[in-house]
Amino acid sequence: MSASSKTIEEITGKRGYEYGFVTDIEQEWAPPGLNEDTVRFISAKKDEPEWLLEWRLEALRGFMEMEHPNWAHVKYPPIDFQAISYYAAPKNQPKSLDEVDPKLLETYEKLGIPMHEQEVLAGVDTSDRKPEVAVDAVFDSVSVGTTYKDKLAEQGIIFCSMSEAVKEHPELVKQYLGTVVPRKDNYFAALNSAVFSDGSFVFIPKGVKCPMELSTYFRINAGHTGQFERTLIIAEEGASVSYLEGCTAPMRDENQLHAAVVELVALDDADIKYSTVQNWYPGDENGVGGIFNFVTKRGLCAGKRSRIAWTQVETGSAITWKYPSCVLKGDDSVGEFYSVAVTRGYQQADTGTKMIHMGKNTRSTIIAKGISAGHGEQSYRGLVRVAPTAKDARNYSQCDSMLIGDQCAAHTFPYIDAQHPGAQIEHEATTSRISEDQLFYCKQRGIGEEEAVSLIVNGFCRDVFKKLPMEFAVEAQKLLEVTLEDSVG
Amino acid sequence: MALLEIKNLHAAVEGEEILRGINLSVDRGEVHAVMGPNGSGKSTLSKVLAGHDGYEVTGGQVLYDGKDLLDMEAEDRARLGVFLGFQYPVEIPGVANTYFLKAALNAIRKHRGEDELDAVAFLKRIRERASLVNMDENLLKRAVNEGFSGGEKKRNEIFQMAVLEPQLAILDETDSGLDIDALRIVAQGVNAMRDPDRAFLLITHYQRLLDHIEPDYVHVLVNGRIRQSGGKELAEELERSGYALFEENAA
Repeated sequence: MSASSKTIEEITGKRGYEYGFVTDIEQEWAPPGLNEDTVRFISAKKDEPEWLLEWRLEALRGFMEMEHPNWAHVKYPPIDFQAISYYAAPKNQPKSLDEVDPKLLETYEKLGIPMHEQEVLAGVDTSDRKPEVAVDAVFDSVSVGTTYKDKLAEQGIIFCSMSEAVKEHPELVKQYLGTVVPRKDNYFAALNSAVFSDGSFVFIPKGVKCPMELSTYFRINAGHTGQFERTLIIAEEGASVSYLEGCTAPMRDENQLHAAVVELVALDDADIKYSTVQNWYPGDENGVGGIFNFVTKRGLCAGKRSRIAWTQVETGSAITWKYPSCVLKGDDSVGEFYSVAVTRGYQQADTGTKMIHMGKNTRSTIIAKGISAGHGEQSYRGLVRVAPTAKDARNYSQCDSMLIGDQCAAHTFPYIDAQHPGAQIEHEATTSRISEDQLFYCKQRGIGEEEAVSLIVNGFCRDVFKKLPMEFAVEAQKLLEVTLEDSVG
Repeated sequence: MALLEIKNLHAAVEGEEILRGINLSVDRGEVHAVMGPNGSGKSTLSKVLAGHDGYEVTGGQVLYDGKDLLDMEAEDRARLGVFLGFQYPVEIPGVANTYFLKAALNAIRKHRGEDELDAVAFLKRIRERASLVNMDENLLKRAVNEGFSGGEKKRNEIFQMAVLEPQLAILDETDSGLDIDALRIVAQGVNAMRDPDRAFLLITHYQRLLDHIEPDYVHVLVNGRIRQSGGKELAEELERSGYALFEENAA
C-alpha cells in the first residue's frame, strides 16, 4: 500500500464526532418495556384525545403481529424492544421560549442552532443579516421550543410540535395523520405509530409561499431510550415550503433506536422541499455504540403539478435504513431524490428511494452518491414503479459510489416495475475510487492530502449539495470535511 | 548556486532501475530541454523531481535552492515553487477549475506567509492568465479537466502554471498530442512566462516544440543517463540522425 492510501485510511478511520456530549438535566421517563400500558402512558403524558390513543393501540397490535424485516443489506444483533424506554423528557416543560431551561439553550448553542428570534429594530439595516430560520427543537421525546411561530401565524402558517398540533389543530391531524404512511405500513412505521412522541407539524395554507426556512433539530440525550418522532407537512394548493432537519446524539456504548415517520402531502401546484442533514452518533472506531436509524419517509404528490424533493446528507448513525419516497398521484407531478451517504468505520447504510408513478405525465429524478470508507458497508436500494395509469411517466436515476480504501463495500439494488408501455426509465450507475493520480495531481499543485481528499469528495457530491438551501450546503460541506478528515496530524 | 542541482540520481519503479545516475544543473532564467526516446526515463525524472511516491530513489541527491528536494513531500515542493505540467492531466469531477486553482494558490501563499488573495484579485489574475493561453472562460468554470479535449488539457496545464508562477516549471511532454495551433499557443504561454528568476525543464520526445521555444541547453537522455549535452543545435542534430546514434554509443 502506498503512503497516500495509508493516509486516507488514517483520515477516514478515526472519529471526528463533535456532538457527542451529554446534557445533564433532570428528566422523567417511561419505565422500559413495550405494551399497551406504555402507549397509554405516552398518550396520557400528552393529554391526547381518545381517538389518537385508539389509533396508537391499533398500530401496536399490528406491530406485535409483524416480523422484524431482514431484507436490508445490514447486520445487527436482535433489538430487545422491552429494554427500551419509550419516553424521556426534561422535567420542567417550558410554556414559552423565554422559559426554556438555560441548559437546553446552551445545548442548542453548542450544536450551532439558533434558538433566538432575530429582533427587528426600526431603522436598522438588516440587508447583511443571515436569513431567518424558524426552528423547532426536539429534545428526546418532546419539543422544547419553536421559534418564529407568531410571525408565521400572521400568514396562516402553522409550525409547531406534533403534540401541540394534536391539541390546537386536531381536525388537521386527524385528516392527514397516517394517510401517506399507514400505521401498519411496515415494522418500524408501526412501532412509531404506537409510541411516537414529538416531531414537527407544518401546515402551509392555499397560495402561501413560506417566507423562511423551517427546520427541526432532533437531539437524543437520554440513555437507554429511543427517539420516535413523527413529522407531518401539508402544503395546500399553490403553497410552497422548504424544510430542513438535523440530528445529533451523545457518544454511548449502547445502540440507540431512532424510528421516525415523516409524511408529506402536496396538493395541486404545491411544492415541498425536504432536506435532511443526519449526523447521529455513528459508533466508535470498533463499531461499538451508535444510533440505529430506521426511518420511513414518504411524500404524496396528491395534486396536479405538485412537486416533492427530498435531499439528504447522511453521515451519521451506526445503521441507516431509510428510503424517502414519492407517490406521484397527481397528473404532471414531480418527485426528486438527492442523496449523499457516507459510511466509514463500521457504519452500514441501506438507503435509497421509491418513486411510485400513478398520474399521467409524472416525472422523477434520483441522484444518489454513496461514499464508503474504512469498513463501511453501503447499499443503494431504489424502486421505480410505473402504474398502468401513469401514461408518459419518466424517470432518470443515477447512482454513483466512491470507495476509499480496500476494506469497504458498495452495492446497488435498483428495482424497476413498469406497467405502462410508454414509461421511459433510465438508470446509470458508476463506482469509482479516489485515485493515487488525482491525489498526486492535487499535491503537485500545493494542496495537502487532507484538503485534496475533501476536495475530491466534495466534487463527487456536488450535484446533491447544490440542491440544498445555500446556508446548509456550506454546513453539509463542512460536515463532510469533519467526517472524513478530522483527526490527521 | 544553481536553482536545481541533480547529482548522480538513481531511481527505480517496482524494483527496476530506470534512472541510472543523472547529473544536471539548472540555473534561474534558463530553459533546458531533456530529449530522449520512449522508455529512456524522461517521465520518471519529472515524477521523481515532483515527488510521486510510486518511484523509489535508490541513490544520489537533488538540491533545490540549496535544500534537499528529495526529503520533501510533494505538496511542499509545489509550495516552494516546483511545478509539473502533466503529460496526462487527471480529471477531478465536480471540482471547478477556478476553485481548484484558488485552493492551490492559497496553499502556496499560506506556505510563504502571505494572505489569501481576495476574490476580486484572484479573478483578475485568472482572467489575465487565461488570455495568455487563449483559454475559453467556460473552461474555467468547468470541472478540472473533465471532458476537456487533449489540447484543452495541455493548455489548462500551462494556464495553471501561469497562475501559480513557479520558480521551476517541469513540462512533461506538453507537446504530445497537440496540433500545430495548440502547440503554438502553449509555446506562446511558456515564452511569456520566461523570466530571469524562473527556470524551465522541457521534457520532450520531438524537436518540434523547440522550434517554438528556444532552449538554452539540450540534454539527450538514453537508458536512464544523460549521454550528451549541448546547445539548441544538438536538438537539430537529433532530428536529423535520431536517437540511434546515442543508443549505440551506450552499447
